[in-house]
Amino acid sequence: MSTLAHIFEAAGMATIVFGSIKEQVESTSPPRALCCDFPLGRPLGEPQNPEFQHRVLESAFQLLEAEEPTIKEYDVSIPDTADEILACPLPPRYDPDLHPALDEVRGLRPAYDRAIEKYGNRIGMGRTVDLENLEEAITALIKITEGTPWKEAGIPGFPSRVSQDIRGYYETAVLELSENAPKAWAGTRWFFNNTETGKLLMSARQTMADSGANQPIWFYMAPGDS
Amino acid sequence: MADSDIKAMTAQIPGVDFEETSFTNPVSLNEATVAIVTSAALHHPDDEEFTMLDIGYRVLESSKHDYVLRHWSPNFDPTGFALDINTVFPIDRLQELADQNVIGKVAKQHLSYAGNQFDLSSIQLDSGPSGAQFLKDQGVDVVLLTPV
Repeated sequence: MSTLAHIFEAAGMATIVFGSIKEQVESTSPPRALCCDFPLGRPLGEPQNPEFQHRVLESAFQLLEAEEPTIKEYDVSIPDTADEILACPLPPRYDPDLHPALDEVRGLRPAYDRAIEKYGNRIGMGRTVDLENLEEAITALIKITEGTPWKEAGIPGFPSRVSQDIRGYYETAVLELSENAPKAWAGTRWFFNNTETGKLLMSARQTMADSGANQPIWFYMAPGDS
Repeated sequence: MADSDIKAMTAQIPGVDFEETSFTNPVSLNEATVAIVTSAALHHPDDEEFTMLDIGYRVLESSKHDYVLRHWSPNFDPTGFALDINTVFPIDRLQELADQNVIGKVAKQHLSYAGNQFDLSSIQLDSGPSGAQFLKDQGVDVVLLTPV
């Protein structure tokens, strides 16, 4: 963001960078920046809270009064303590002959459809996996965990994009499963830690790492601290 | 899997070194045309998907809200945007400020880049200046830059 700020400012426009990582902002010296200790992915802080967002914007626009490059810290933090637990009901097993991940993904379809109807497909599927080949993608992950080399498992695209689509399916469905709007990262942790498909994906990722696949191929299938 | 761990992991990623920090004194805010530029790899479903090393930009219209978030990085929470696009692209908030005459007006068009780039020189020399010219051509005075 700071690179663009420097370029736009040189072109004659005043810029305000919203930064969530203070060290990054400071090391890139943008003309004006508001450092907000908000979760990554939420630069305006709280979704569905216009008053909160307006307060952040007001603080940002105050930077235009500065007469020299300025970095300011916003006075409200939204810390993520990694202890936000989602109490999401997962669908009961319907077909005991099916792999639990495939059974689960079928069971979540009504919640996914309701969320798409309510919010639109903002983060869901469509990169390389859609509803038509979702089960094919999960079947490929199953094959990887069972020993099939990942290149022969039928994974329908670049593994990190396949993973993002599957994660998107779950993180969209969770919007309709959770009683309250999920806090930042809560849906991600729920997917990777609690669901059959999330655990399958992590297992496939580990199998690919252990088999010597190039690190960028498997690493970006999950957040980097996983 | 925690926000603080991801931030610590990415805090030292280097940016471009500019010898000097450019600085433009803005017009009065209540006369300014304000645009949003995000690095969240947002685009309209009808527009071209961002490729992995895509240094280009996509145009976001103020009149549309059906944008998809297609960043290549897995290292952020996407549910805030899913619940409310203003969490990343505060277009409704800007329009409210324009209606209250706090800002002059909202630009009709905004820009989206994919922030997951390691080679920033192409953005510095190519798509950055091109985006700046695009915004200048529609009279933008102030740019808000939002990441994910």
